[in-house]
Amino acid sequence: MFTAIFGSFEAGIIYAIMALGVYLSFRILDFPDLTVDGSFVTGGAIAAVMIMGGVNPYLATVVALLAGFLAGCMTGILHTFGKINNLLSGILMMIALYSINLRIMGRPNISMLNTDTAFSKLEAVFEKIGIDAFLNNLLTIVGLGDSLPETWGVLIMMLIVTFGIKFLTDWFLQTEIGLAIRATGNNKRMIRSFSANTNLLTILGLGISNALVAFSGALIAQQGGFADVGMGIGMIIIGLASVIIGEALFGTKTIVRTTLAVIGGSIIYRIVVSMALRFDFLDPGDMKLITAIIVITALTMPKVLEHSKEKKRKARRKAEMLNILATSVKGKGENHAAIKSDS
Amino acid sequence: MLQLNQIHKIFNEGSPDEKIAIDQINLSLKAGDFVTIIGSNGAGKSTLMNIISGGLFPDVGEVYIDGNNVTNMTEYKRSKMIGRVFQDPMAGTAPSMTIEENLAMAYSRNKTRTLRRGVTNKRREYFREVLETLHLGLENRLSAKVGLLSGGERQALSLLMATFTEPSILLLDEHTAALDPSRAELITNITKEIVDRYKLTTLMVTHNMQQAIDLGNRLIMMDKGQIILEVNEEQKKHLTIEGLLEEFKRIRGTQMASDRAILS
Repeated sequence: MFTAIFGSFEAGIIYAIMALGVYLSFRILDFPDLTVDGSFVTGGAIAAVMIMGGVNPYLATVVALLAGFLAGCMTGILHTFGKINNLLSGILMMIALYSINLRIMGRPNISMLNTDTAFSKLEAVFEKIGIDAFLNNLLTIVGLGDSLPETWGVLIMMLIVTFGIKFLTDWFLQTEIGLAIRATGNNKRMIRSFSANTNLLTILGLGISNALVAFSGALIAQQGGFADVGMGIGMIIIGLASVIIGEALFGTKTIVRTTLAVIGGSIIYRIVVSMALRFDFLDPGDMKLITAIIVITALTMPKVLEHSKEKKRKARRKAEMLNILATSVKGKGENHAAIKSDS
Repeated sequence: MLQLNQIHKIFNEGSPDEKIAIDQINLSLKAGDFVTIIGSNGAGKSTLMNIISGGLFPDVGEVYIDGNNVTNMTEYKRSKMIGRVFQDPMAGTAPSMTIEENLAMAYSRNKTRTLRRGVTNKRREYFREVLETLHLGLENRLSAKVGLLSGGERQALSLLMATFTEPSILLLDEHTAALDPSRAELITNITKEIVDRYKLTTLMVTHNMQQAIDLGNRLIMMDKGQIILEVNEEQKKHLTIEGLLEEFKRIRGTQMASDRAILS
């Protein structure tokens, strides 16, 4: 149980970077960008190929991020200069990236077992300085000694990286350029009348969004030890699920709060999925179905709850009104009786 | 300040729906001119505004702002020099952003946007100051989302955002038409005040004849894509609604087509 939750946390915090990217395109730019399914793999593919080619894993991860940026920019260019519908430009880019990813990898699957990745290097460091041992001792003391995680390195490092990206995003969206990007998603006509080039801002926004997605893809590939050309299928829905779950549970009052909510949503999504997969009749292939059901629930439940609340309130109001009416009628009846007895 | 030379614009050219929207219009505004434009629906008023702002490009003719030929300049570049308020109160602001963020975006209009913070403490003070001039209490709600404001408040904010960077040209496109009469009057008064304060060169389209007569120092009447009447500063002082309708009848030989224009 603890191992499962620990694993969900670990994966959730890495996927959270992807979810932040989806948040940027979907919510900030109001652009349903399906490029994500492709750019996530691009990130993983580039990291895997470069790492297997002997390049420093950290450098490979940064290159993956830049490649994602380019992919996002392409989608933006298709939409703004090519005047192609936003959904369609994302789908086109996703399809194109499938082939490009295959070209990058040269084969559908690359394994990185027994190779140094960003994480394996880190795990070694954590073991050496004894943080793992220390935290595992703590767990043993609180009685979780029988399910100790292999390493704390990934989780701790990723907490730092993901929150670093969160704070960068928060800061960026408050800058002059960031404000203009937000306005581009909110009211294009208005920000254009304040001398902002909405085309460029859309391209930049999508670039940053897909850079984060590819970055996340590169990290996931290294954590899992492989890159697969199909690893991005449904990624947009997972990102969306994280955004929607997070927003529903943690609120969207400010940008700072919302980005935190997205990270939380990503972790909770992983926990829900891993819990669901513990049922015997479900197998890993059902994951996409579970995801779809989670998203549908997160999208419809708030409205259903609101509706039933409203109904209850109305029923209560009605009962109150009837009550008042009943007492006043009763009062009249008594009056009648009094008059009758008098006469 | 603003000069339009022989502007000509046709919509749907070559199709049965062909329509001459602007027919050989010449117009010149001096610095500080406040011109009101009236005319019935389809007279070409909005098209003219869009040609000035860069939302549409003329088929023939040139647009000059501050002596520069801006005919082929894109809308976003041109809007460094042009402040604009739309008819729809929702159009001029970003609803899910706060009042101060909206002002910050407007403040960056004539500057290059950078990675500096949009709302700094210094700017916030300045925003508070300019908001006070609206007398709507918005200066105390700087971090409220604009979507929570009423239509009148949003339009007042749009007007402020369009003007406080002192653009070369201010375009008002029926900016009081979607408001109830008392709010419309409030916005009209604020308009007068702001245009006076910054000495803005202004072009205002309106359906309300009384407003067209009360505001500004010049008035033009448009019909079927042409300017059919120009009233200068001296004549405008003695202008009445009846006089305007009479004038229209004399020029065109028919009654003015729009009930909306007559009734308002």
